[in-house]
Order: sequence, then structure tokens, then C-alpha cells
Amino acid sequence: METQVSPNERGYYGSFGGAFIPEMMQANIAELQEKYEEIMNAPEFRAEFEQLLKDYVGRPTPLYKATRLSKKYNSNIYLKREDLNHTGAHKINNSLGQIILAKKLGKKKIIAETGAGQHGVATATACALMGIECVVFMGELDVDRQAPNVGRMKMLGAEVIPVSSGSKTLKDATNEAMRYWIANPFDTHYIIGSVVGPHPYPDMVAKFQSVISKEIKKQLKEETGSELPDRVIACVGGGSNATGAFYHFLEDEEVELVAAEAAGKGLDSGFTAAATFKGVSGILHGSKTLFMQTEDGQVEEPHSISAGLDYPGIGPALAHWFESGRVKYEAVTDDHAMKAGMELCKLEGIIPAVESAHALAALDNLDLKPDEIIVVNLSGRGDKDLKTYLDQLES
Amino acid sequence: MNRINKLLAEKDNILSIYFTAGYPSFDDTRTVVKSLQDNGADLIEIGVPFSDPIADGPTIQYTNTIALENGMTVENLFQQLVDVREDVEVPLIMMSSLNPILQYGFEEFCKKCKEVGVDGLIIPDLPVEEYIAEYKTIVEGYGLRNVILITPASTDDRIRLIDDNTDAFIYMVSSSAITGTNTKFASDFSAFASRLEQMKLKNPRITGFGISDKESFDKVCETSKGGIIGSAFVKALKDSKDVAKSIGDFMVQFKN
Repeated sequence: METQVSPNERGYYGSFGGAFIPEMMQANIAELQEKYEEIMNAPEFRAEFEQLLKDYVGRPTPLYKATRLSKKYNSNIYLKREDLNHTGAHKINNSLGQIILAKKLGKKKIIAETGAGQHGVATATACALMGIECVVFMGELDVDRQAPNVGRMKMLGAEVIPVSSGSKTLKDATNEAMRYWIANPFDTHYIIGSVVGPHPYPDMVAKFQSVISKEIKKQLKEETGSELPDRVIACVGGGSNATGAFYHFLEDEEVELVAAEAAGKGLDSGFTAAATFKGVSGILHGSKTLFMQTEDGQVEEPHSISAGLDYPGIGPALAHWFESGRVKYEAVTDDHAMKAGMELCKLEGIIPAVESAHALAALDNLDLKPDEIIVVNLSGRGDKDLKTYLDQLES
Repeated sequence: MNRINKLLAEKDNILSIYFTAGYPSFDDTRTVVKSLQDNGADLIEIGVPFSDPIADGPTIQYTNTIALENGMTVENLFQQLVDVREDVEVPLIMMSSLNPILQYGFEEFCKKCKEVGVDGLIIPDLPVEEYIAEYKTIVEGYGLRNVILITPASTDDRIRLIDDNTDAFIYMVSSSAITGTNTKFASDFSAFASRLEQMKLKNPRITGFGISDKESFDKVCETSKGGIIGSAFVKALKDSKDVAKSIGDFMVQFKN
């Protein structure tokens, strides 16, 4: 099967994607479908976005050669330092892109969902910067688990609405944001935080995050003389950082692309979030994709130690790249990720987000050739995860 | 003739009631359907519970959660409906999110609907374009009617497309809202109703969302063929010890 980088006109990547939305969301989605490419491609938009990425976010983020980690694996490992972005993760790339787009569409209010709180913080930040009202939906369980990020969002002026329906986590926050959009369709833009949702969100978010792989190519060329590594590794929840890190390599077939999914307590433990291993095709959050569900089509509760990977599905493009074989999927358990995260602290003096630690752990799963060049996307910093790490240290 | 078309041909002021299968108890489906018919419902929408319904407000979401906890599944629901036509004559419509139907098998679902005597489908997250491309021939092959929603934000072109691709009634969402809420009900609705009137559609319209009692039902009957009550009805079943009696108590207001 041929690998598609972009969706077709109906929003499909292979057999995944589309826009399975109630009629009540149709007008807003149709407006986005009609206008997103034109707005994003306009020179004025690009100039504003690129300026903000440079001066406000601090891009380009470094591509750092992790010498001691490389030595351990007898290879050349480069870390793409998305953790050094303003707000501490790659999420800000998308939030800023979408907020400029929302302004061009004349929207006056922003809504967002968040799990760990990283996307919520990034969006609250973008809204503060632009002086736009911001409402963030967050599962009640996550509000408790991620108190510091709730505090940050509030300081930034956002209203945080705890969601008590369903499992009270990220998928329910997403449902609730969609419901709010249905009930308040005028003047409101919904900034989805990952490459999920109805067309055009997966493509739009992918394009905003694609700056990651664009920079990797340029930096690697300066560093090694070739813009192509042997592999790129990234973690996958919904899949936005992986999509960003893979995007400009998708057509370079000699580069192996590796996605680390959260196996949770183990693939067969009943406590997992590994969507390609455990999921089947269905309709979730407005698109056809792979997600974990019962035989009766009810969405299953995911589990991952990392709140950012604690999502039952993956974006439709990632489901397609699984289907086409372009991306190789590895399952990483909670314990394995924690160990890899701790190891990076000691070897490189970098505390990675538990999400990103899954990508580091995947290095152990691969049959590495000596001296190969590997880029690991370090999607976020681990400050938010201190409690999780410290609990691990004590146990 | 499909029971829905027959009803539409014979009657105005159609009172349609939605309930969630498996709520309040697993075994209530048949009691609810029969009691609704006996108490004057013209049309009944049987809701298939889903873990993540996007288009429903908190009241119906809650009934979905309870129904799933009670063990309701598509398979169980069809088993409960096997002999529903022995004592129920009113048209029955299955209302479900797309995913439970897909996992059951779309065609198998339609086949079972026909077998048990269900007359139509409402799948809120199946947009008309996808319906036409993938599912329309299957639905029509089993003699079912697919009811599609329109809202005040739907463009004329889109409403025409929907009108052209359905043969029963159009589900007119009264306002830009989710079920069980009724923001801006009045102002949105009258402008929308007169726009639709001018479009001279081939299908009649039945109004849903924000209708909770006799007064709001009568109001929508002035500008459409009838009204659909969902949240207000399932709310009346909450904590009910005697479902048939609760239904009688709720429906009495509609008896002239």
C-alpha cells in the first residue's frame, strides 16, 4: 500500500480519517476544511507563525548529540530538544499555529481539551499572548493528578472546566469540548491538541508540528553532512509529536520511523494504551481510526503511567502509516519507560517527560547497527512528572 | 409501506419519544416501548447506548452510562426486540452512534433491524456524504429509512442534499445545541422554520432538541410535522420503581 503524507479531499489517509461529525458541528468543520490551507499558506500567516516560533517559543530547538547515551548503545543518538520550547513541550507549535488561524477566521473564544495539561498550558499561553478568552476541558481525574498544570492554566487566565462524564480523563475531556463547540458554535474555535479528530484537524496539526522534522533535516545536514538519519524515534499517544518528527521523512524510505506506544502494565494486562497492538478500526472523536474498544464497540479505558499517552486511539494518519507499514510500532511498558527516563537524567543531565521516556526506552527494543544515526524526539521536559519519578525512586 | 411513511401520510402533530435501551434497567425495553405506544406516542426512537456520545447532553449521556453498566449491547437489544411486533404497531427507529453499528457489522445491523421490525435509523455522527458513499444502498436494500439531522447552521445546498437522499422525515434540530439544552430556542427556531418552509422540501420535518413538555411540543407543531422528546422523557424515568406508571404520568400531559 502506498503511503500517504496528506489526506485526500474527503480527509482520508488510506482507509482511515474522514469527518464523522454530527450535523451540529458541520458548519464549523466545513469552514475549517475550506479555509485552513489557504490561510496557512498565506505569506502573512507564515511570517507571523515563524516569527513567534523563533522569538517566543525559542525555535529552532537544538539537535543535541547525546554522547554518553550514544556510547551505551554504540551508536550516534541525537536528541531533538522539544523540551526546550516555551511551556516545555512540542504542544506550543500547534497551539500558536491554530490561534493565529482562529484570529484569521474572526473567532473570539478558544476551547481546548487536555490530558496531562501540556496542551492546555500551551493553549492558555497562546490565548494570553493574543488576548483571547480560553476555556480548557480536563477530566476530573487528570485535574487531581496534574494539579501544577491546572494552576498554570489558571494563572494564564484560562478557565479550567473539570469533566465528570465517562472515565473522567482525556477522551471525556475531548467529548466535552466537542459538545461545548456544538452548543456554542459561533465565534468559538476548538484547538485540538493532537493529530486526531475530524478532517482537517489531523492534517492541520501535522503541518504545524512538521517544523520538528524540517529542523531535524537541516540540523543533521550541518552536523553529519546528510539530512537523513537511519532512524527517527518518537512516542505516540494521539501522535502529534511523532507526526511532527516523521513528517518530512515519510517519503525518505531509507529512514526507519519508529513509534513508541504505551504498553502500560503490559500488552495483555488489560491496562494498556497501545492502540496499534490492541485497537481495531472504528469511529472515535470524529474520525475513523484504530482504537481500543470492546467487541460491542464501546471505547475501552486506556492505561499509561504517562497522562499524555493515556488515550485509547491514535490519529488516522498514524493508523494509515501502520497499515501501510511505513512506521514501525514498538510497545513500551510503564516500568521500562520510567527506567529509560531515569537513565537519561543520569547520563545526560536531562529530565525527560514520561511520554518522551517511552521513545528512549524503545532504543532497547531495536536491533541497532554499530554507528548508526538515530534521532529521538524528546517531546517534553519532565518537571511535570517529578512526583511520578520520585515515587519510582522510592519504590 | 414502511410504517414511518404511513404515519407521515396519515397524521400531523406527531409525538416522537426517545429512550435509551437498557435504562433504567436492562429489561425495561419492551415495557417502555409498549407503555409509550399505549400512552399515545406516535413514533419511538430506541437509543443504543455508547460510551462516548458526542451529540448528547449530560442527561442522555448519563442514561448511556447506566445502560452500559446494566449490560446493554446491540446483540442484547435485538434479542429483546425479537417479538416486539406482536404487540407494538407504532414505527420504531434505532438511534445510535456509528461505532457500535460498525462493530456489529453495518449490513448485519440493518438486516436485524428489518427482521425484528425496526423501520428506520438515526445515526447522528454519520454525515450525509459518508452515508451516500458507503451505506445508502445497504440501508435502502433492507427497506429502512435513514433520518438525517439538519440545524439552523446547515446551508441550503446541504439541506437539499439531505432531502434528496432520504425518504421519511428530516430531523430538524431546533437550535444550535446538544440534546437536553435549549439555548436561544425561540429566536433561532422561527427564522429556521420559515427558511425551510420556503425551500419546499419533499420530506416533512420533525423537530427535536429542547422540547420538554406539551407547551414546547405544541409550539414546534405549528411549524413542523411533529416533535421529538428525549432528555425530558428519560429524566422522568430516573429512579423509577414502576416504569409503566412513570411513563403514564409523563405522557398524560399530551392527552387532549
